[in-house]
Amino acid sequence: MNQRRYLPRWAITALAVAIGVTGITLAMQSEPAAVAEATSASDAPDSVDYWPMVIVFLLSTFIGLGVIRRVSRLLHTPLMSMTNAISAIAVVGAILIAGPDYPPMIRLLGGIALFASVTNIVSGFLITDRMLKMFKRDKSS
Amino acid sequence: MSPGFVELFYLTATALFIFSLHWMNRPETARRGVVAGAAAMLLGILATWAQPFVVNHGWMLLAVVAGIAVGYPLSRVALTAAPQRTALSHAFGGLAAALVGTGKYYLWLAEGPEELTTFRMTAIIAEVILGCITFTGSLFAAGKLQELKWVPQRAVTYPLQNVSNIALLIIAVAIGTWLVVNPAGPAAGWLFPAIIVIALLFGVLLIVPIGGADMPTVIAILNSYAGLAAVAMGFVLENNLLITAGALDGSSGLILSIIMCRAMNRSYLNVLFGAFGSTPQTAPEGAERGEYKADTPESAAQIMAQARNIVIIPGYGMAVAQAQHRLRELYDHLKRRGVSVRFAIHPVAGRMPGHMNVLLAEADVPYSDLVEMEDVNRDMPQCDVALVVGANDVVNPAANQDESSPIYGMPIIEASQARTVFAIKRSKNPGFAGIDNALYFDEKTWMLFGDAKQVVGELIKELAEESRIH
Repeated sequence: MNQRRYLPRWAITALAVAIGVTGITLAMQSEPAAVAEATSASDAPDSVDYWPMVIVFLLSTFIGLGVIRRVSRLLHTPLMSMTNAISAIAVVGAILIAGPDYPPMIRLLGGIALFASVTNIVSGFLITDRMLKMFKRDKSS
Repeated sequence: MSPGFVELFYLTATALFIFSLHWMNRPETARRGVVAGAAAMLLGILATWAQPFVVNHGWMLLAVVAGIAVGYPLSRVALTAAPQRTALSHAFGGLAAALVGTGKYYLWLAEGPEELTTFRMTAIIAEVILGCITFTGSLFAAGKLQELKWVPQRAVTYPLQNVSNIALLIIAVAIGTWLVVNPAGPAAGWLFPAIIVIALLFGVLLIVPIGGADMPTVIAILNSYAGLAAVAMGFVLENNLLITAGALDGSSGLILSIIMCRAMNRSYLNVLFGAFGSTPQTAPEGAERGEYKADTPESAAQIMAQARNIVIIPGYGMAVAQAQHRLRELYDHLKRRGVSVRFAIHPVAGRMPGHMNVLLAEADVPYSDLVEMEDVNRDMPQCDVALVVGANDVVNPAANQDESSPIYGMPIIEASQARTVFAIKRSKNPGFAGIDNALYFDEKTWMLFGDAKQVVGELIKELAEESRIH
């Protein structure tokens, strides 16, 4: 239907800058310290390789852009409540903070986060389904 | 559950999330997408919860039950309130991200500052700033949409607004940078809370200057912020599922805000810092401004009964008056007479992307008769009657003609190309953007003043009587 470019130039520039800054930050950080301490401190958190996460982020952004630009304008409201419910995957983070045997304050923060995420999951998926149920084709055709 | 299985569950959930959004692209398969998304969510929760170090089951169950208790009523709200609900859930998303980021910072701080690597600190700061901005910004936006008494509806502006807002953001980023370099320094004890306070304040200040007509864009932008906050959380927790799902949400918000900006011919920055509604109202040029010609529903119904091709253009006024069900009755009446009736949907009509489509779908209008702006403009000259229901800026010819108009260049539905235009309008005041609409003074335009629901009801009555006479 719509053949126009979906990504204007400023968006591409912004993405490129974001990727560039992240990459350079990582590159600068992993340079001297990690090499020097690699032998001495095996469990130092710096030994975690962050590059794969950045690549995952990059690729999933592109998948997201590709998948979502095909969503019909008709469904933009359900799409928004749907992606909203999906981003409530933050529930995973909330469980990781609320679940383990941490100090009570931390567990409280986690509990509130868990409450907020579950609210989004329940209301997001239910209202999306409720809206989608209403979209009907012409009955006569 | 062993770590391998956790990763397997996460992998499946990631795939399901991508499929669920893929299925959203057509109404026929969209409901399958919801099932896939919910299944993915369940897998994610189960895999995380079933790990051996998760022990506070009672406490977490309490939070889950409370979440369900609040979430279920939120899913049953009237669809005219869908924008508020969406904004509110963005707020919850931002809150969760900010809290998890804060929790993780203090955990690592207690374990030893060497845990707070540059990467982790950058991610935490990004997560907390984005989360807090999304939280208060969305809460405030929801308040505006709900028309709460203590929240100003119109754009509020004051001198040096943009300068002070940007200065505030720069301060937050500067403190953030300092914290990244000295994560456990002596000042960290108050600098970290300071960042939270500044970001919370910034969220409110960001939304204060936004008027109603810009809400669709702003909601889309907040949507992408909520997604990016989840991505940052994924970096903090080194969790690929969070990164993927957050990126999907972020890119969805990005695409929607691009579509919205384009539909208003404005840039991202202009929406956030432009304070649309504050454009000083240029004195109406008396020469151009003619008189409204009001018409009665009776003669309007007669003309509509003679028409062969009618386009209905709904706007936010339809949502306010809850007129969608009456419009559906009108649509039925006209269809029965063999009139071709279609609804022309402008991308930014209403208060969130796709708002009009959902309301008309709720009223059982088949989606094959909901047409997009570009498609309907081609047929507009062949159209006998354009019925404007509570829409204003999206049909304002000033967007094409008047270079001094704040909406100049915005693509509009060319209602003025139709042979006759009827505009249902609540009062003689200008629309949300505070701009006069030349369409209303056009010689082929007839105004039907009154509540949209009531006026459409009268049109239906007249049409029904007329068919009884013939």
